[in-house]
Amino acid sequence: MSVVVKRVTAMLALGGAVLASAPAFADADEDNLVINGDIAIVTEAKAPAHMEYVDTIYSGWRFRSDETQVMQADDFDNPGMIGVENAMEKWAAVDGSEGKSCASCHGDAEESMVGVRPVYPKWNEEAQEVRTLEMQVNDCRENRMGAEKWGYTSGSMVDMVALITSVSRGMPVSVAIDGPVAETWEQGKELYYSRTGQLELSCANCHEDNYGNMIRADHLSQGQINGFPVYRLKNTKLNGVHARFKGCVRDTMAETYSPGSAEFVALELYVASRGNGLSVEGPSVRN
Amino acid sequence: MASGVRPRVKVPKTASAGEAVTLKTLISHKMESGQRKDSDGNVIPRSIINRFTCDFNGQNVIDVTLEPAISTNPYFEFEATVPESGEFKFTWYDDDGSVYEDSAEITVA
Repeated sequence: MSVVVKRVTAMLALGGAVLASAPAFADADEDNLVINGDIAIVTEAKAPAHMEYVDTIYSGWRFRSDETQVMQADDFDNPGMIGVENAMEKWAAVDGSEGKSCASCHGDAEESMVGVRPVYPKWNEEAQEVRTLEMQVNDCRENRMGAEKWGYTSGSMVDMVALITSVSRGMPVSVAIDGPVAETWEQGKELYYSRTGQLELSCANCHEDNYGNMIRADHLSQGQINGFPVYRLKNTKLNGVHARFKGCVRDTMAETYSPGSAEFVALELYVASRGNGLSVEGPSVRN
Repeated sequence: MASGVRPRVKVPKTASAGEAVTLKTLISHKMESGQRKDSDGNVIPRSIINRFTCDFNGQNVIDVTLEPAISTNPYFEFEATVPESGEFKFTWYDDDGSVYEDSAEITVA
């Protein structure tokens, strides 16, 4: 999307981000991310205790090129914020039989939604299930607003998740893995380490054993999801976690699970927990 | 008119006389190239922003011709020298004849 008419030399200093040049080899780089010169993002942290084979966790941001990284340092440059703006309109728009909008109950998203993203997916006591943010949004739409559910990976949904996520940027991811979610978390872990498809690859084969290496032209990250929803330059739109999971599983040449399925909810919980300690970054920019 | 089109501009509020300021603009637009086909094999008609201009107090700063290869949500970043207080006016021209406008004031202290 970038059409830079005149290259601005100060660009790399934008928003207070200090971006060193890319290292000669392929590990996570040493750059720091500060958004809008204000929100410091933790892109490197000690791995949570439950991770057996990784000592340090890195945000996917650290594996991207300087040009991609800098787009995330300023909300104006971040095309994912277009989705956030769209969602702000939907937040205030009345929909459904109850004559309510999101704002009717939740007021100003920039206040009420702070701290929501970091703890999802989480246990819902009433429904006795692990819920992702998408499931919670649809529960609100269906049962409180009397509105039609949004498709799990629809534009409206991913925009709304981006809005809810954006107000928690800089806060550490901290999903619970014990108590009532333990069983789902174990299921997610099992999926993470299970090889699938004709290529017989598990998530771990790429994102744990080989992060920092190249898989053909792609620089493998740890597959952290603290930056979701992600604006991908390759498809010029915001992408949700489950859509990304689907793409990954497909690339192992397997039949994929569906976005919103119990398997992907479990996997999301597990993968999110691998990022406990990194900052919420979404909507982030990746290639 | 293409749907979901919204222009955005970022202009500093103040500058010193003769200073070159950085301007940023982004317009959300699908920029359909006219090269793609839908699932039935029919060509999806071209629908792009074909021209972008920026004027300062009536004087042209930049005038850009956009081509179909330019991708979704065209973003421009450029510099302008600001001799006096005034208004930047930004204009985008759509293939379908729509014109999108935005403007921003700048004060020279």
